[in-house]
Amino acid sequence: MTVLTDEEFVATIEEAKLTKDWARIFNTIPYFSFLGLSLQSSDGALICVLPEDRKFIGNPTLPALHGGVVGAFLESTALVHLLATQEVTRLPKIINITIEYLRSGKPVETYAEAVITKPGRRVANLRVEAWQGDRARPIAAAHANFLVS
Amino acid sequence: MPAEFDISQIQNIIDNGIPHCAEIGVKVHEMDVEGVTFSLPYQERFAGNPVNGVLHGGIITTLIDTAAGMCIYARLKQYMPIATLDLRIDYLKPATPGEDLFTRATCYKVTRQIAFVRAIAYHDDPEDPVANSVGTFMLKSSVSPPLNLAGAKKGAGS
Repeated sequence: MTVLTDEEFVATIEEAKLTKDWARIFNTIPYFSFLGLSLQSSDGALICVLPEDRKFIGNPTLPALHGGVVGAFLESTALVHLLATQEVTRLPKIINITIEYLRSGKPVETYAEAVITKPGRRVANLRVEAWQGDRARPIAAAHANFLVS
Repeated sequence: MPAEFDISQIQNIIDNGIPHCAEIGVKVHEMDVEGVTFSLPYQERFAGNPVNGVLHGGIITTLIDTAAGMCIYARLKQYMPIATLDLRIDYLKPATPGEDLFTRATCYKVTRQIAFVRAIAYHDDPEDPVANSVGTFMLKSSVSPPLNLAGAKKGAGS
């Protein structure tokens, strides 16, 4: 793992925002690289993408994504949204997350989008939804609070 | 299934029947009607903070979700398909980089259709947890032949 200083980390995020080269964010955070995350931006929306990978399967018989991976993906999407859209002076810290599992996630490419429900000075609250083929049929949703300062 | 669980058999199910748990290296320590204790060795690839190497919350969620599901089988002393309805996790303090993460999950209430679970994640002191969690699960969620605890003796794919 490349160890960064706080200043180097913030500089990396600023560069990613300036160039819209979001891969810089994902490359900087080891767990995001492990998940193979990427970001698509279209019409101002930031959609996070979890690739299809056998290593994310929790139940091979159904088959279904591991619930932990789905939760991790939602949390990651919320964090990336904060990094990409907010003034960041340090890495926001997750306080809590409530994950609702709505449908079994198939082991295929999965998408998620976060919306900031309250951009507080100290705490940001976000709602995140994940879906696969059909956006109108989300597989999971979450509410999360992050300490931002 | 006997009342006492064979830890090596449960470890075998995790290693061969749950690809994501095998990938990240979940270890089984205890499993009985009182609850389950699992762990995950520290790995840099799960760091969420590139400055100090603190684990990402998502990997803690994954360990807790795994243990939460398993403690229901332990409580019921049988396998049945279950589905997570919701899971709430409070991150109480950062996980210490380099230290193994443990989780203890207990199914404290079962109804005909729903199981309620509590879980914590910690390093060496359960009284000083890294995360606290509650979750609810739906029982008999699927009719498809599932990953079968009892069927593990017959081998994978049975």
